[in-house]
Amino acid sequence: MQEKNVSFNNFEQCIKCTICTAYCPVVAVNPFYPGPKQAGPDGERLRLKNKFFFDENLKYCMNCKRCEVACPSGVKIADLIHSARRRFAREIPDLRDRVLANTDFMGKFARPFAPVVNSVVASKPVKAFMDVMMDIDRERTFPKYQGKGFTRWFKKEAADSQSSYSKQIAFFHGCSTEFQHPEVGKAFVQVMNAVGFGVKLIDEECCGVAMISNGLWNQARRHAEHNTKVFRKTVGEGLPIVGVSSTCVFTMRDEYPDVLDVDNSDVRDSITMVEKFLFEKVDSGEVKLVFKEDYRARIAYHCPCHNEKLGWGIFTKALVGMIPGVSLTVLDSNCCGMAGTYGFKKENYKYSQEIGRPLFEQIKSLAPDFVCCECETCKWQIEMSTGYTVLNPIVILADALDLEATAKAN
Amino acid sequence: MRFDTIIIGGGLSSLVCGIKLQKAGVKCLIVSAGQNALHFSSGTFGLLGKLPDGTEVREPMRSMSFLPEGHPYSKIGVDKMSEYVAEVPAFFESCGVRLHSAPLSGEGGFPVNGYRLTPLGTLKPCWLAMEDVTLLQSKDDIPWSKALIVNFSGFLDFNAGFIAEGLGRKGVECRVENVTIEGVENLRRNPTEMRSVGIARVMTKENDWKEFGSKVRELSSGEDLVILPEVFGLGDPVIVQWLREMIPGEVMFVGTMPPSVPGIRAQMRLKKAFEAAGGTFLSGDTAENPSVEGGLVTSVHTVNLGELRLSADNYVLASGHLFGKGLEATPSKVIEPVFGLDTDFPTDRSSWCDEDFFAQQGYDGFGVICDESFRPFIDGKRVDNLFVCGSEVGGCNSLYEGSGAGVAIMTAMSVADSILAGK
Ligand SMILES: Cc1cc2nc3c(=O)[nH]c(=O)nc-3n(C[C@H](O)[C@H](O)[C@H](O)COP(=O)(O)OP(=O)(O)OC[C@H]3O[C@@H](n4cnc5c(N)ncnc54)[C@H](O)[C@@H]3O)c2cc1C
Ligand code: SF4
Ligand code: SF4
Repeated sequence: MQEKNVSFNNFEQCIKCTICTAYCPVVAVNPFYPGPKQAGPDGERLRLKNKFFFDENLKYCMNCKRCEVACPSGVKIADLIHSARRRFAREIPDLRDRVLANTDFMGKFARPFAPVVNSVVASKPVKAFMDVMMDIDRERTFPKYQGKGFTRWFKKEAADSQSSYSKQIAFFHGCSTEFQHPEVGKAFVQVMNAVGFGVKLIDEECCGVAMISNGLWNQARRHAEHNTKVFRKTVGEGLPIVGVSSTCVFTMRDEYPDVLDVDNSDVRDSITMVEKFLFEKVDSGEVKLVFKEDYRARIAYHCPCHNEKLGWGIFTKALVGMIPGVSLTVLDSNCCGMAGTYGFKKENYKYSQEIGRPLFEQIKSLAPDFVCCECETCKWQIEMSTGYTVLNPIVILADALDLEATAKAN
Repeated sequence: MRFDTIIIGGGLSSLVCGIKLQKAGVKCLIVSAGQNALHFSSGTFGLLGKLPDGTEVREPMRSMSFLPEGHPYSKIGVDKMSEYVAEVPAFFESCGVRLHSAPLSGEGGFPVNGYRLTPLGTLKPCWLAMEDVTLLQSKDDIPWSKALIVNFSGFLDFNAGFIAEGLGRKGVECRVENVTIEGVENLRRNPTEMRSVGIARVMTKENDWKEFGSKVRELSSGEDLVILPEVFGLGDPVIVQWLREMIPGEVMFVGTMPPSVPGIRAQMRLKKAFEAAGGTFLSGDTAENPSVEGGLVTSVHTVNLGELRLSADNYVLASGHLFGKGLEATPSKVIEPVFGLDTDFPTDRSSWCDEDFFAQQGYDGFGVICDESFRPFIDGKRVDNLFVCGSEVGGCNSLYEGSGAGVAIMTAMSVADSILAGK
């Protein structure tokens, strides 16, 4: 009887232990946020009776998923919160939220003017303007837009040689690789080619994570539907979809069905992170990695919240740990406070820095050569708050591998 | 992916086993589906408070011979038990969890049960206590005459009235006061979130705990006992010591409704010690789908890692009791969901529970059937490289006996030793 009586997102599994709230980074610093238990299962009970009970303060949830990782009863707390926002939020996203949400549009728009845009958004008067008019905190620096995007580089420098590889994968590069960090995409192509895989780009759109957190539900859903359709075709051709940003990958695997109601069950298992993909190939003996002998680095690894939720931090730890000459410290599990576009907002800035403080302090006390992390927004936050460089694991691998020797070995 | 030992479950038992093995050079993976019973702990560990027939126990080690043959302690044996019992305080100290006990007995230096004041104002026997908890040496003789019980205004998970009533019956004159601290008042915006950990977080800030401490000091007027809720020292228990120095009289911290602040602190420190020793901890992931061939486990999978095979020489199952989802009750039987191990439960369902909540509960005694070295069985056939530890092990009613943490720790040590011996 009980088994048949399971509701949407299983809120009745909640045993009211409050463990989720104990692990929520936002409730620890922001007195306006009701906390996961109240915002999730407790609130759901009331909201189901009357949408009047919906609390706009749910917008303070960063969707870091730490509550779900801690819950002993497997309640999908953050999904409850975000699907409630989708169904009931009355506040309409304003210009600022729309700007922040449209990471791809902003990128396309800004790129031709990259040098201008970068210096304009970095200038004091413009920052002050954004602060006052748009509520984007003036302490923030926008990540730099690169004039030449990843796909342009790919088409020019790499595309032609890809079909010469007998094995192929599809690369979901994501917005930040396209617009801000093309070096991540280049590293990806180098490593994949060295281990014997050709890289194919697909007709991807922004995964939509920023639209979800900024309440642009219809747009997020359209992106989810588009990407899922493209993935279906790609998987049909026998290619796995490999990504380099844990947030994109997590969103496309889990938020599409759980928050946006887009069924991806037929392709979900084919969407993976490059670290997991590579590790499995190395573990099964299909791929061999040959590292440079003189590579030396002291690296601190920050596992982003979404990769913690995916449970895949061990792959990065294992791969980077394989590099001879690396001493790797895994940082304590702690949210960096950025959560995508969350920390850009003026009303969140203070909380965002407070949430990340233990992480920043630990990095500073370890004084590593650099920090390793799979998430670009963690990168921005950590670089801004500590001064240490943050590198995507694939960039580290590309640097540490003897690419020629690896290519020969595979 | 290969490890030397894979441990399923992330609670007290799995962490003790994992730390012990990892420190001895065994490469361990812990898979933990969610948080565990430590979050509900009273801040004390029980070894044995009562025999199955209800006789109260003073010195647990002297009562071992009265336990039934199938009891986990009987399987470990008195000699090994004594060794482990002596080892435990230093073991936890090395993980950053300081424990104290009532003075050891003159003869043999065995542990003697102390008593902690419960949130209901009664006294319960226990073996070791975390820094927050004050242990009394006797259940009947309370060495204080006047108590001041201080709560935070609006905090419903600490019932000062119950404590006052309980102590009153033992002849202690009690006065209850509430204090208001601005940082804590913020929590009252959401009445349901005015919980122990919320307050504990505020109380990690120097200004706030000092404000609380001085307000309590002002309130006290010659009481020789001051009772406060267990919401201090979430990150670092030194605050507990500082409050003791700041407030006159004996300062005693008493448990709140869950989550337990000392329990969370202990959990965080044990996990950190395990990782610092080189262990890998997978949070929020569930083990499933094992392969068992010819009496040996050859691999397991997890929900998050999907197809990837996790393999090891030995496997440990420490996934808890009914509460931790290590066991599942269906209308007619009790199953162990990961491996489908043989379990022990009465076929007569009416004996599973007693309507009196505080009575000995039948379900408490359910568990996985194991041999002397805690190896389990599938359809009567032993699995040679799988060990079971913690509350999942059958053969005792640990809630009734007050032996929960003791069974979790002792079985974990014993299993770690078996694995080390087989290396
Ligand atoms: C509410 C409560 C209060 C208690 N208070 C005290 C006390 O004050 N003093 C005392 O001495 N004893 C107490 N006990 C008893 C004792 O603390 C516990 O029995 C002991 O902590 C149990 O530890 P454990 O490691 O065996 O199991 P648990 O702590 O239950 O841990 C089991 C773990 O396994 C995980 N798990 C389950 N299935 C899977 C799977 N398939 N894959 C991966 N992980 C899985 C769970 O998520 C959980 O993390 C209490 C017990 C309970 C239930
Ligand atoms: S941790 Fe899970 S079970 Fe506990 S209160 Fe939160 S949602 Fe409910
Ligand atoms: S997802 Fe993160 S911010 Fe949101 S309620 Fe859960 S723990 Fe808090």
